[in-house]
Amino acid sequence: MAGQETTTSAAPVDTGRDAYLQNKVTRRRAIGPGLGTFLVFAVLVGLGALIFPSSYFYRVGTLVWINTLAVTGIVVLLGYVGLVSLGHAGFFTIGAYTTAILPNYGVPSPLAMLSGVLLAGLLALVVGRPILKLSGYYLAIATLGLGMLIWMVLSKEAWLTGGPDGMTVSGMNARNLFKMVGLNLKSAEAWYWVAGFTAAIGAAIAVNLAGSPSGRSLRAIHDSDVAARSLGIDVARAKSRAFVISALYAAVAGGLLALANGYITPETGGFMHSVEMVTMAVLGGPPRCSARWSAP
Amino acid sequence: MSLDIDGLGIAFGGIKAVDGVSFTAKPGEVTSIIGPNGAGKTTLFNLVSGVYRASSGRVRIDGQDVTGLAAHDLARRGMARTFQNLQVFPQMSALDNVMTGCHMQEKSNLLSDLLGLPGARCETERSRASAMAALERAGLADLAHRPASEMSYGQLKRLEIARALVTGCTILLLDEPAAGCNAVETREVDDLIHAIADEGKTVVLIEHDMRMVMRISSHIVVLDQGRKIAEGGPEEIRTNPHVIAAYLGAHGAAEAEAAAHA
Repeated sequence: MAGQETTTSAAPVDTGRDAYLQNKVTRRRAIGPGLGTFLVFAVLVGLGALIFPSSYFYRVGTLVWINTLAVTGIVVLLGYVGLVSLGHAGFFTIGAYTTAILPNYGVPSPLAMLSGVLLAGLLALVVGRPILKLSGYYLAIATLGLGMLIWMVLSKEAWLTGGPDGMTVSGMNARNLFKMVGLNLKSAEAWYWVAGFTAAIGAAIAVNLAGSPSGRSLRAIHDSDVAARSLGIDVARAKSRAFVISALYAAVAGGLLALANGYITPETGGFMHSVEMVTMAVLGGPPRCSARWSAP
Repeated sequence: MSLDIDGLGIAFGGIKAVDGVSFTAKPGEVTSIIGPNGAGKTTLFNLVSGVYRASSGRVRIDGQDVTGLAAHDLARRGMARTFQNLQVFPQMSALDNVMTGCHMQEKSNLLSDLLGLPGARCETERSRASAMAALERAGLADLAHRPASEMSYGQLKRLEIARALVTGCTILLLDEPAAGCNAVETREVDDLIHAIADEGKTVVLIEHDMRMVMRISSHIVVLDQGRKIAEGGPEEIRTNPHVIAAYLGAHGAAEAEAAAHA
C-alpha cells in the first residue's frame, strides 16, 4: 500500500478531470465522428429550409453552404497543418470557370465540374511541392502570387472567359435532379439542398480526416515539424496532400457557385476573396474545426 | 542494431560545433555522451538523426551508410529520438501524441482516412492500444487524455520517450531525459532506460545527471568544444584527469564516485 503511494505521488493526478476527459473520448468514439458531423449538418440544412420564407433566403443559404465548403478546405490547411494560403480563391475560381467554360464545348455540366476540381487538384499538386518548402509569411506571399496569376489569366483571356465582365454558365439546373425523384422544387431551393448536402459531406470528410492516421500526422506537423519528421512522417508529402485536399474543397465550392448563380466574374478569384476565406476560417476560432463552420 | 559514428563534423560559419567525433554504440547497451554546455552534444544528435547535414564524416547503421538521409528516412530505418527542448505536440492529448508515433506502422491510405472506412478506424484502434501500452510503461497511463499542454516538464520528457518507443525503433537517442525530473522520477526514467536497453535496443543518452550516467551507461563518450576528449567505461571516465578538468570538476567527480558506491 505504502509502495503504491510513492509511485502515484510522483505524478499527481486530477482524477475528476481525467475521468471527464476519458468519458468525452468514449462518447465521441461511440458514433463515427464523420457520420455525427453529417447528421448535425443535415439538421442545420433542414432547419434553414423550415424557416426560409422566400427564394432570396434560399439563395443566401446556398452561398452560406458554398462558403462553408470552401472554408472547410482552409481549415484543413490552416487549422490542421498550420499553413496559410492567400491564394485559395484561385483554386475556387478554377473550379468555377471550368464548370462554366467546358459546357460551351459540349461537355455536360457535372463532368465539367469534375474536370475543374481535378484541374485545381493537379495544379495544387504541381505548384504545392516547390512553394510548400516555404513557411509563414513567405508561403502566404507565394500563394498570394499564385492566386493573382490565376485571376489575371481569367480577366485577360476574354475570348475564353469573357474577361472582367464575367460569363454566364449554361447547362445544369439542380431542379432536374429533384424532378427525377418526383420532387418539384424551385431552382433556388434545389440549389440550397445540393449545396447543403455537399457541405455536410465535406465537413464529415474533414472530421474523419482529423481523427485518422493521416490527420494525426498533419496535426503533428502543425505542432512540431522536427518531431513529426523524427517519427517517420514525410512532412513534404503530408503538406502537399493537405494542400491538394484543400484546393479540391475550394474547387468544388467554386463549381457549385458557378452552377447555382448561373453567372461568374473574375472577382470570385480575386485577392479579397482569398482573404475572406481565411478570415472566415480564423473567425470561426481555433483550434478545433467545429467552431469554424459557424463563421460563414 | 549498432550505430557507428565516424569522424562526424559540422561547422556553423567559422565555428566547428562538432569536429571529427567517432564512436560506436552497441545494441543492448547504453552509450552516454557527456560534456559541458555548448560541447556539441545536441548538435551531434541533430547530425545523427538527420536534422542537420554533416559537413564531414559518416553515420552507419549496422554497417550501412545512412549519412545525409532525411530524418523521416532514418526513422524508417529504426532510429527514434527525444528532444532536449521538448518537441511534443501541445495541442494533442498525451495519447494522441504517442499515437502519432505509430505513424510508420499504420497501413491505412489517405482515401480510407478521408471516408472514415473501417480500415482506417481499425488502424486507429490498433495504434491506440499500442500507445496506451507505451504510456503505461512510461508511467503516464492516468494522464492519457490530458492535453499535453497541461502536463509538467518531467511528464512531457517521459511522454517523448513513450512516443519514441512506440515507433518500434531499434536505436533510441535520448536528449536529457531526466532534466526537470525530481529524484523519484529520475529513478523511474533510469529504470525505463535500463529496460529499453535490456530489450536489445541501442540507446544513446545525453545527460547531465552524473549519478544516472554512471549508473546506467556501459560506455561513455566525453565531448568538449566539439571534440571527443575521452571515451571508455564509467570507471575510466570518472578517473580520467582530462574529463575532470573539462567537465566533472572536483564536485562532479565526487558525485560520480558516490554513485559508484551507492
